[in-house]
Amino acid sequence: MGTLKLGKMTMRSLFKKPATLMYPVIPREWQERTRGHIAIGVDKCIFCGICQKKCPTNALTVDRAGGTWTIERMKCIQCNCCVEVCPTKCLKNENMYTTPSSEKIVDSFVGTPPKPKAKPKAEEPKEKKENGEKTE
Amino acid sequence: MGKRTIVPFGPQHPVLPEPVHLDLVIEDEKVVEAIPSIGFIHRGLEKLVEKKEYTELVYVIERICGICSFGHGWGYCHAVEGLMNIEVPERAEYLRTIWHELSRVHSHMLWLGLLADGFGFESLFMHCWRLRERVLDLFEKTTGGRVIFSVCKVGGVRKDIDKETLDEIVSVLREMEKELKELTDTFMNDFSVKSRLVGIGVLSKEDAIELCAAGPMARASGVYQDMRLTGHGIYNKLGFEPCVETAGDCYARCVVRIREIYQSIDLIEKAVKTIPEGDIEVPVKGKAPKGEFITRLEQPRGECFYYAKGADSKFLERMRVRTPTNMNVPAMVKTLQGCDLADVPMLFLTIDPCISCCER
Repeated sequence: MGTLKLGKMTMRSLFKKPATLMYPVIPREWQERTRGHIAIGVDKCIFCGICQKKCPTNALTVDRAGGTWTIERMKCIQCNCCVEVCPTKCLKNENMYTTPSSEKIVDSFVGTPPKPKAKPKAEEPKEKKENGEKTE
Repeated sequence: MGKRTIVPFGPQHPVLPEPVHLDLVIEDEKVVEAIPSIGFIHRGLEKLVEKKEYTELVYVIERICGICSFGHGWGYCHAVEGLMNIEVPERAEYLRTIWHELSRVHSHMLWLGLLADGFGFESLFMHCWRLRERVLDLFEKTTGGRVIFSVCKVGGVRKDIDKETLDEIVSVLREMEKELKELTDTFMNDFSVKSRLVGIGVLSKEDAIELCAAGPMARASGVYQDMRLTGHGIYNKLGFEPCVETAGDCYARCVVRIREIYQSIDLIEKAVKTIPEGDIEVPVKGKAPKGEFITRLEQPRGECFYYAKGADSKFLERMRVRTPTNMNVPAMVKTLQGCDLADVPMLFLTIDPCISCCER
């Protein structure tokens, strides 16, 4: 039993660099696996919408017709789910956090969606006809 | 006999890490009775089972608590795996155990810091949390997250750890152990710290059993109970023995947790030495079948209970979590009876309360 048990450690820390960091003024070192924010290589994206379906917080919106891929940064929980399911591997989890904000940030990326395969023209009127007959 | 007054304590109080309200009936600075009330941060996470598929629900369950996040994820996955009869690869079980024990190290160090803050030893508190950062950095390196890891999934784990990183985990922990010894020496031998801990809030073994205390709270009262003995994970292979103290006071609870930190470091080292090569997950497809499954897991705070009920669909019908704080509140109320008003924060802290776990 005694007093001042912590004296040594306290003295040592007097002559050391502070344990804390003036973040974000001084940038910190990121680990390779750090899940910071989701980034997209929109040129590779085929706008299939799988990421939107799998997102547990519904933070992603994929508009196939308009060719936009939208992410609500404040909703995203960086779970990496979309990155894992992406068929073209155009999504990536980058290791820097998004900047703090008082507003809800929405990032939108515009790309060119692949053109839908043209259907044989002969079938189209036939389908319409069938539908028409059923409703009548 | 003095006059009785009621002193409200919480939900906002400098010493409380989370909101709980206590009505303290005081008689001459002595607490005669304490009436707890909770319900300030109920979030209805269990209800989300109806809206999220069982594979997605892991993310919700992990967010029940920030400190035992990995344990909750594991408990849920274990319950669903049991329901669906999924055999998890051995390497995944090893990795889960390593992460779970790392969680225990950082949880207990956080608690030690809070305790130091509770009895007014600010520099000790700062040093505890400074050391804890190293464990968080290990988490960031291996899982990608510092608090919520999102690494456990139904059927295994999502990320592997290579040999070098596993060795690094052990070397960082061993290095940390040297400084940790100085800190724990202060907790266990410092005169002023001991005067705040020894003989305060004694919970007898009989009371601990009768009031269903869980985890370190029960073990400090001499109850030989640890869910790691039931054989989840790989604890049987690691030759695990629970840390038990008999005094039942605040000091004993502190000592149990300190011993558990060292024990966890040893367990991690043993697991790293014996980890087999192989797959880290098995593919899981299809619906969760009809049926029920119950599993119990030793969280840093004590026994945690998971119940999953399948309904032959992608959604579970019911998911229930019973957390250790839930079980320790009656024991805490018992220890509060007859204590000094100045010791109330200490006694409340020694159950390692997590009210957001408790209310979900």
